[in-house]
Amino acid sequence: MRSLIDILDLSKDEIASLIRTADDIIQNPEKYAEKCHGKKLATLFFEPSTRTRLSFEAAMYELGGHVIGFSEAASSSASKGESIADTVRVVSCYADIIAMRHPKEGAPLVASMKSGVPVINAGDGGHNHPTQTLADLLTIHREKGRFSDLTVGLCGDLKFGRTVHSLISALSRYENVRFVLISPEELVLPDYIKEDVLQRGGFSFYETEDLEEVMPELDILYMTRVQRERFFNEADYIRLKDSYILTPEKLLTAKQDLAILHPLPRVGEIAGSVDDDPRACYFKQALYGKYMRMALILMLLEVS
Amino acid sequence: MIIDSIKNGIVIDHIRAGRSMELYNLLHLDRLKCSVAIIKNAPSEKMGRKDIIKIDEELSVDLDMLGYIDPGATVNIIRDGVLVEKRHLELPEQVENVIFCKNPRCIVTAEREIPHIFRLANREQGIYRCIYCDTEGKRNEEE
Repeated sequence: MRSLIDILDLSKDEIASLIRTADDIIQNPEKYAEKCHGKKLATLFFEPSTRTRLSFEAAMYELGGHVIGFSEAASSSASKGESIADTVRVVSCYADIIAMRHPKEGAPLVASMKSGVPVINAGDGGHNHPTQTLADLLTIHREKGRFSDLTVGLCGDLKFGRTVHSLISALSRYENVRFVLISPEELVLPDYIKEDVLQRGGFSFYETEDLEEVMPELDILYMTRVQRERFFNEADYIRLKDSYILTPEKLLTAKQDLAILHPLPRVGEIAGSVDDDPRACYFKQALYGKYMRMALILMLLEVS
Repeated sequence: MIIDSIKNGIVIDHIRAGRSMELYNLLHLDRLKCSVAIIKNAPSEKMGRKDIIKIDEELSVDLDMLGYIDPGATVNIIRDGVLVEKRHLELPEQVENVIFCKNPRCIVTAEREIPHIFRLANREQGIYRCIYCDTEGKRNEEE
């Protein structure tokens, strides 16, 4: 029985296989409409997250399965003080697979150690969010046809942005990927990722505070939101939240085949006027997230 | 100073000077009924000063714990007064409830029953990270 807690739980071959499945679902959705007939997905969301939860639910429904669960801790047994271990042991009796979001880092890992069914990490605090990374990878693959030989700009909150950390880990397994890290000084990528992933892997990376300076070099621009919920200090959040705003003017020097990604939701960091630019991929990215979650559910449930 | 040599037991040698009491506590040697000798600041050609622990009983020592606290220590097994085995230690791949995660965002700080588990992330630099949140664990001498 497999779970997905960290994107690196999946090998390169498994990611390639998930992408092939997702591509096939996009081409032939009817083939998959009953694949999970009679199966139940439990969405255990101890922290509100509309889009990730809806994406999981839509994924399961499109596979012909059912969904049970809760969308905030207040409506769960956690509000009565039940441990995660007990919650998943009980839910394992009712569901075939679990998608869990939790504000505490590592909660889905604890769940996977105690669960009788596969657990998917749907986001654990500021730590990991592997299914978002799967959405990012499918988007990059469909836009660029490859993961190697790319210059990838990551912009915004690189300190607390879990999607950034997971994407760097995932892309660090491919050849000739160059990372451009664009953030204010207070939100730079943590040293342990620079040291353990980038420097040890021999990856080229460049740090800057100036998005426009590096725009012409980028094949991928991954924008992120400065997340209020990751700050203990409201004043710091307010000072940093508008560090980068992508506008059509800033894109004037960008490559014609640049792909602009954003894990969403955005709160002002991409101007609405960018949405009509053919290089804007973030809504497609949300759609692709659903297909990758479908492919992942099939893989973990071992449905052929 | 004369300490009787042991017939059947364990000698933990080459302990960095000053760490023997910490090992004594972490290995729960206070629970033993047999003789336990702690020798502090013994002269050592290699180390200058070292600590030694002699345990007059052959017991299974948590080598992972020992390797984490003092990877330079050696464990000598004595049977019938003869050294039969000498084990050199190294940093263990994983330690449980030896390092404690202090990240307030980590699940272990919210649920007390979850064991604090750290995995070796970088052997050259001796860096351990919490398996739940990836926070770097501070070894005792760094605290």
